[in-house]
Amino acid sequence: MTQSASISRAFFALLRRDLLLAFRRRTELLYPVMFLLVVVSLFPLGIGPGPDLLARIAPGVLWIAALLATVISLDSLFRSDFEDGTLEQYLISGHPLTLIALTKTLAHWLVAGLPLVLLSPLLAIWMNLPAQAMGVMVASLALATPILSLIGAIGVGLTVSLRRGGQLLSLLVFPLYVPVLIIATGGIMAAADGLPYAAFLGLLLAGLITSLTLAPFATAAALKISLS
Amino acid sequence: MNTIQETKPRKNALVMFIHKMGSPPWFFAFAGKLIPWMWLLFGVLSAWGLYLGLFRAPPDYLQGESFRIMYIHVPAAWMSMLIYGLMAVMGFIALVWRIRIMEILAMCSAPAGAAFTLAALVSGALWGRPTWGTYWVWDARLTSELVLLFLYLGVMGLYSAHDEPRKAARAACLLALVGLVNLPIIHFSVKWWNTLHQDSSIGITGSHIHVSMLWPLLIMAVASKFFYAANLLTRARVMLLQQDLRKGWILDALNLDKGQSSNGVKF
Repeated sequence: MTQSASISRAFFALLRRDLLLAFRRRTELLYPVMFLLVVVSLFPLGIGPGPDLLARIAPGVLWIAALLATVISLDSLFRSDFEDGTLEQYLISGHPLTLIALTKTLAHWLVAGLPLVLLSPLLAIWMNLPAQAMGVMVASLALATPILSLIGAIGVGLTVSLRRGGQLLSLLVFPLYVPVLIIATGGIMAAADGLPYAAFLGLLLAGLITSLTLAPFATAAALKISLS
Repeated sequence: MNTIQETKPRKNALVMFIHKMGSPPWFFAFAGKLIPWMWLLFGVLSAWGLYLGLFRAPPDYLQGESFRIMYIHVPAAWMSMLIYGLMAVMGFIALVWRIRIMEILAMCSAPAGAAFTLAALVSGALWGRPTWGTYWVWDARLTSELVLLFLYLGVMGLYSAHDEPRKAARAACLLALVGLVNLPIIHFSVKWWNTLHQDSSIGITGSHIHVSMLWPLLIMAVASKFFYAANLLTRARVMLLQQDLRKGWILDALNLDKGQSSNGVKF
């Protein structure tokens, strides 16, 4: 069997396993989505139902809620595999750890990130986001929630061997999320004001490609340190 | 045949020096000799720089006396960025070549850098009150400095969370490297965010600065580097002591008689 065939087989086998595991526990699938719903609904309650104010803060609220939901779901990315020793088996399996990190991150995004993207139009209506900004908001989430998962995976890799790594994780990754937050909300606000927004989405795409190519290597290095 | 043996490359003095520095006893002794000089240079330079800055430089025509905070604020801000870069470079060396001294130096840089960042933020807030009329604005530079502080705190938090020191140091070094890659992106995105949201921002230093004001600043900038060096080496020595407390070379380095220590002092 050729090397590339075995790599693609490992990729699909691992992806299938992770998705199957996620779908066996369906209620847990809903946690990030429910979290996003609850957090976003708190803002009108806390700030007031004025439609103009809500429309102004909508991009920031939606994006910050998405950041929080991602970080909360990230903790489970490598946790169970680390605890039952599967991660060590991956390490000695002979497949590149970078590929395994990338596959698990992709599975995590499909389970925890994609539902956020799909739910976001409903939340945008709640927050009275102008209709012309709706498409840009969904596009920004679709482009940038994978960046959150990819960068977050590095943090998870570094904290997975800690018993209480979850709280530390937010301290590690939120500073790294700053550019994503700024560019994504900037794009949505530009679209809401009727300004050109293509550059914002272009920047997010550039960020996605950069983190897709670099982050799995850092995640693999982090996992190796955690397993040492 | 002789000629071949003669041309066999001998390690030059610099390479030998670097090799020796990787050994804890050598580093411990060398740092111990260096530290007093670093403190002395820092003391003399900072006294000179502060004297020139606080007493000899003329008051600013716009800001009056309050501009003198600059002599603390600007060197601290420069150091906060320089130390992060150094920490990440040391972290890279530590990760690639697995040099323990480099892990220790990188981890000892983090608190020093965080302290400089905090000093820059606090002195900036105190300076902002008389000149801008407020302690805090979401100016691009202030915001990047704040994010930098968070990055330092992340590195320190990750280091202290692990029990095993070498594993902790390697994890934190990797985080510092990831932060270094992100730092320019954060800086430019914050800069650009600020110009998008605010009409104007006030420059922290004018484009023209008179020589009598500039010299104290440069002297203070050099003094702060000696402070960092002295602080870093002192911290590194303490960390080495803590980690190697039960190893033989510590007793030699501290000139303790091994027989005596088994009688009286317990190590």
